[in-house]
Amino acid sequence: MKSLSEIDTLSKRASRAAGYSWGIAEEVGKNIRILEMFGLPGIKNLNDFYKKKNKEKFENLNLISKKNKTNNFQFCPIMSGTSFLDQVISLEKFKEIKFEKIAYPILFLPFVSRASEIIGKRLLLKLDDKEFLLNFNNNIYSNFIKNEIIEVAKFVSIKFLDNSDSFSEKEWKELYKLSENTFVEETDSLKEGAAGAGLTDND
Amino acid sequence: MNTQVELRDPNLIMKLSRLGSFHQSKLSFLRSFLREFKDWEYKRDSFDLNKFGYGTAVYSFKKNSRTYSLVCFANELNEKERSDRVIATKWDAAFTLYDGIPTQKDIFRLKNEVPKQEVGRLSYKELTLSRANKSVRIFDHVVKSLSEGNQPDRKLLSKVGYLYRTTAVYGSGKFGLADRFRIKDRKEIYGPFRLEMMLVYLVRQFTFDQVNHVAKKINPKKAVLLDLEICRNLGIGNSTGLGMAPFIVNHPTLLNNWIFARETALKKIREIKNIKIEDSNLFKMCLKKSLKNITSWNTDSEYQQKKIESLLNDLHKFITFIDKDFDFSRNFAFNNLYQWIEDNLKEECVEYLVSMMMEPYESITNSLVSQMSSEEEKYFNIPTNRKVSDLKKILEKKYQDILKIDFSKKENNQNFWFISKNKEEPRLADRFAEAGSDLEQPLAIARDIKKLYQALLEKNDDCTIDRFLANNSNLRHVVRRAFIIEKFPYSEIQDNTIGQSIVPIDMLRLKLSFFGALKFDPKSDKWLRICMFQGAPLPIELKNYDAHWVYNSLN
Repeated sequence: MKSLSEIDTLSKRASRAAGYSWGIAEEVGKNIRILEMFGLPGIKNLNDFYKKKNKEKFENLNLISKKNKTNNFQFCPIMSGTSFLDQVISLEKFKEIKFEKIAYPILFLPFVSRASEIIGKRLLLKLDDKEFLLNFNNNIYSNFIKNEIIEVAKFVSIKFLDNSDSFSEKEWKELYKLSENTFVEETDSLKEGAAGAGLTDND
Repeated sequence: MNTQVELRDPNLIMKLSRLGSFHQSKLSFLRSFLREFKDWEYKRDSFDLNKFGYGTAVYSFKKNSRTYSLVCFANELNEKERSDRVIATKWDAAFTLYDGIPTQKDIFRLKNEVPKQEVGRLSYKELTLSRANKSVRIFDHVVKSLSEGNQPDRKLLSKVGYLYRTTAVYGSGKFGLADRFRIKDRKEIYGPFRLEMMLVYLVRQFTFDQVNHVAKKINPKKAVLLDLEICRNLGIGNSTGLGMAPFIVNHPTLLNNWIFARETALKKIREIKNIKIEDSNLFKMCLKKSLKNITSWNTDSEYQQKKIESLLNDLHKFITFIDKDFDFSRNFAFNNLYQWIEDNLKEECVEYLVSMMMEPYESITNSLVSQMSSEEEKYFNIPTNRKVSDLKKILEKKYQDILKIDFSKKENNQNFWFISKNKEEPRLADRFAEAGSDLEQPLAIARDIKKLYQALLEKNDDCTIDRFLANNSNLRHVVRRAFIIEKFPYSEIQDNTIGQSIVPIDMLRLKLSFFGALKFDPKSDKWLRICMFQGAPLPIELKNYDAHWVYNSLN
């Protein structure tokens, strides 16, 4: 089994050899490490993308807007992902961002995962019919568990999810009520000896 | 009255010549390792060598439910095959540190992989990997002497200082070894390089056991065991090349934490108002005893010989000063002393004395030892909402001297770092004489910082970094570093690592000093030999040993 350190180093070097700057290659190293740690096919997709990159052109998306359409080619997942990561703070206001045709979108995913950690919000990434809930770069919840290459996602969206409870107030109260069974009723004498008792607080 | 001492200026301390003058100290990893593992149970679990000393042995450190086991494989090696160079493919012995107690099945698996080193495959159950070659002259002499019932010639041993020297110690996920993340929460190995230190320390014991074993097999009736005092004064050698140099560039927050601990220790010592007499006496005693380590420091390197000569001269000057003209009972004595040192002595001696000043102050160094690791991932993301004006200010403040370098001059752009194809090891070459500079590694930080600064000058101050990066992807690696140095002042070498005058072994020396190495012996400007654990207590003595053992060497 390859260690994550080997995966990081190899991905970084291969990315540099594929024509990216060292700074971008460093990002890719970290990203493939994240994907493999979460059990997603990072090396497999990266390898296939770099083979294809030798033959085909991909469009760099340097500035991200609410809707991002390609002109001629599919978006490069690495440059688009880097731009998303870098610009996420200013993109948050859009609530939802859409892209068309991102090549090898699995390689785009870890940028979004890291962006979730940066802004402290969960992000919901949709790659056609595949959904990924990205939880602050701590874990990824998804309906995609296949170890396969995805060459392109025709429709990609990223939703910024508000930090809100996943339960109702009623459910909270019911559970709170149950938790009260661990408390002990205080007697008057105990109350008199508690912190702050017996003093005027207007001192 | 209190004296508030400033931390020393990174622009002074992080120069390569200064970093290349660092010496071991109480903060060094091998000393910390011994202190942290002194109450662990040491055991030689198995020792299955033939009469020539070839076979398998296992050693362990155990505490509660945790065990770390060194698995050793000693092999026959043809003289022609013995090489300390990284291109070697066979060694006298190969080692791995196993996480737990290895089963026979594990040992069988490891026997097939560990001797192959870089081309073998390890698993997450193995933590570190190493190999070593005999100092044949010394090894044979010791075996012969012991087998004849005599102890070896101490003078001869003193010239070398070890029976074996390692040529690489790998960890952190290399060749399938366990990733750092798997073990980083273990308190006993939180400090940097603890497992590497453990491996080397146990290998040292293996070398003693091996010579005793072979001597006994040669002459069972007459052979004697190697004297324990002699054992104590033997360490483990190490040949180190450029592989180590990029590490300190590639781990900026870790580098900062090492240097910051050292600088903080010095600052706190200089701020002590009243020096206790026992502390000043201990300082003087360690200092005087340490002279033996310098007078027994053998090297053929003219570069190092000059440094040793200068160090000895300066130390004699310093000792005369403290014996005749200096009063430790004055307020802030160490601060006064430090100022005299800076004014009167050369870099090599300044840093030697900084290390020595820490000797009496375990109360200061112990708390700093725990701050010498780094969670580097935390600082990887670039704060892209910051502005160009912020980044410009950081560069102007933190890279003052680097921004003055003229990289259009050939001598400032002379070399390039690359990874060799045959061994995947870092190398340095002349840009104008060798091919391959188009595949340069991102280690020319000074040059790239200067490029970044020039690019920033053309941008509007209000432009945010995300917008700047959108069109300057080639500078991304140094933008990241600049935001790291803003928080970590000692994270960057303040020198040109590709200039004509670079002495690469300065970078190695820095790292090796933090390991706790002694007797740096440069074999060229690109590799050197050192000695580790010379004078250290033996594993059976760990429960109760002298914390200042470094200066007890008989050599």
